[in-house]
Amino acid sequence: MTPQTQSAPAPPSARVPDGTRGRGRRPSRRVAAAAYPATFLALVVVVWFAVTSTGLVQPYIIPSPVDTWKAFTDNPDYLWGHTLVTTGETVAGFVIAAVVGVLVAVLMVYSPTLEKTFYPLILFAQVIPKIAIAPLFVVWLGFGASPKILVAVLMAFFPVVISGISGLRSVDPELLELTSTMGASRLKTFWKVRFPAALPELLSGLKIAATLAVTGAVVGEFVGANSGLGFVILQANGNIDTAMLFAALIIMSALGVLLFAIIQVAETLLIPWHATRRNRG
Amino acid sequence: MFARTADRARDGAGGGPPQGPGPMVDIHGVDVTFQTKDRTVHALSGIDLTIQHGEFLSIAGPSGCGKSTLLRVIAGLTGTSAGGVTLRGTPVTGPRRDVGFVFQRAALLDWRNARDNILFQAEMRGLPKAWARKRTDELMEMTGLTGFEKAMPFELSGGMQQRVSLCRALLHEPDVLLMDEPFGALDALTRENMNVELRRIWEATGMTVVLVTHSVAEAVYLASRSVVMGPRPGRVIEEFDIAIPGHREYEPTLENPEFQRVTARIRELLGSTATAD
Repeated sequence: MTPQTQSAPAPPSARVPDGTRGRGRRPSRRVAAAAYPATFLALVVVVWFAVTSTGLVQPYIIPSPVDTWKAFTDNPDYLWGHTLVTTGETVAGFVIAAVVGVLVAVLMVYSPTLEKTFYPLILFAQVIPKIAIAPLFVVWLGFGASPKILVAVLMAFFPVVISGISGLRSVDPELLELTSTMGASRLKTFWKVRFPAALPELLSGLKIAATLAVTGAVVGEFVGANSGLGFVILQANGNIDTAMLFAALIIMSALGVLLFAIIQVAETLLIPWHATRRNRG
Repeated sequence: MFARTADRARDGAGGGPPQGPGPMVDIHGVDVTFQTKDRTVHALSGIDLTIQHGEFLSIAGPSGCGKSTLLRVIAGLTGTSAGGVTLRGTPVTGPRRDVGFVFQRAALLDWRNARDNILFQAEMRGLPKAWARKRTDELMEMTGLTGFEKAMPFELSGGMQQRVSLCRALLHEPDVLLMDEPFGALDALTRENMNVELRRIWEATGMTVVLVTHSVAEAVYLASRSVVMGPRPGRVIEEFDIAIPGHREYEPTLENPEFQRVTARIRELLGSTATAD
């Protein structure tokens, strides 16, 4: 039999499926994307330098870029040690929040009863200002790392749960019906369909969570610590050492940006299909 | 090329010989009612229908006539309020493994390429890998997807996506292929091409197909028998045997007197129902 259409039609909208299309342009685009914030940052430093060098502002209010740089170079071990402390607390808090948050999201998506029970509690825990309960954690857990980690967990937990729930719900209901005609177990359906489908939203939540975890760790340090960047800030503030304070602030931001960037990289590795589509749109 | 082989026994989907006694699908006295907040919707009422082995049955009708619900009832995705369905002699009590389902949207996994989307069917069923890969290659060749193995869903046109969805539905050699408005989202030209392809595949394989469609031309061109349904409550109005034997070329079939007689009669029927569109 001879069908009147060829068996290999190429609809005009179908494109060459080499899987690499568009990637050639990406590096230059990435450089261009970095050029804008870099230029702006350079501009900020220039203005900063100009303002402080004219003597309009006292150095204890805004230190010059040179003084701030000296704060780094004069105390490398001091800053590095406290940075490691805060980084440890942040990462521990973030990882715990991510694991527990995803588990809670999965449980709530699969069990309406659990969702009804815990959703209001989670919301309640979220709206309490963390800085207000941080002293309580010091009372309970002492001056070690654990109260700081706990504050970081509490800060980072909420976006993970919310994005996890909405991600797990975003799966195409027809796909779930399809898997039900395949006789697959719920566990298999979860790993092969539901979880991958939830990844884009979940990773967005994790990015927010990473930056909040830094804040949580520093907040924890504010209320009672003898180490960490929060402690450095309090000490510098007491000594009116604004240059050191600025140095600590810069490290803190860098830490948040670094964590954010790590998840961004994980995103392009884990969900390339999504990143590509987003770039196209 | 796609004659059923001993391989299908490994699937364990149906068991027994493919050409067993009795009809492939037997629908008897099926009622489906849905309860919404303020009223009861009678989606299907008193449906009696048998579908024979190797038959291509199309179900046409206006929106809201319950044709999709009927298809879902056959697959066991929707339960009945009264009556029942047997598939290959076994009562349908839940989602059935021995069907292949194609939705209006391709419903592909965004994170898998075309080939892996088809193999998904085999993975979920735990079918032998080597066999599944071989069959995937054959199906992709049959549907004109060769060369698109590595393409991600977002790189494919709507028509190509639906071909992938069709291959996935055929991978496990289902007893019945159930299609719910599979080409409804495609442009007219692609839709025609897909109709020709589907007809060719059916002619080559002799599988049992149930196709739900809005399009009268599609319903008549493709099927060996067409059922016209009407809304409120969803019921069968009339059945047509489409006596155009053998291979159907597209244009000549459209000019065939039998084709024109049946389509005219169906259009007349649908025109007389309140919500025909």
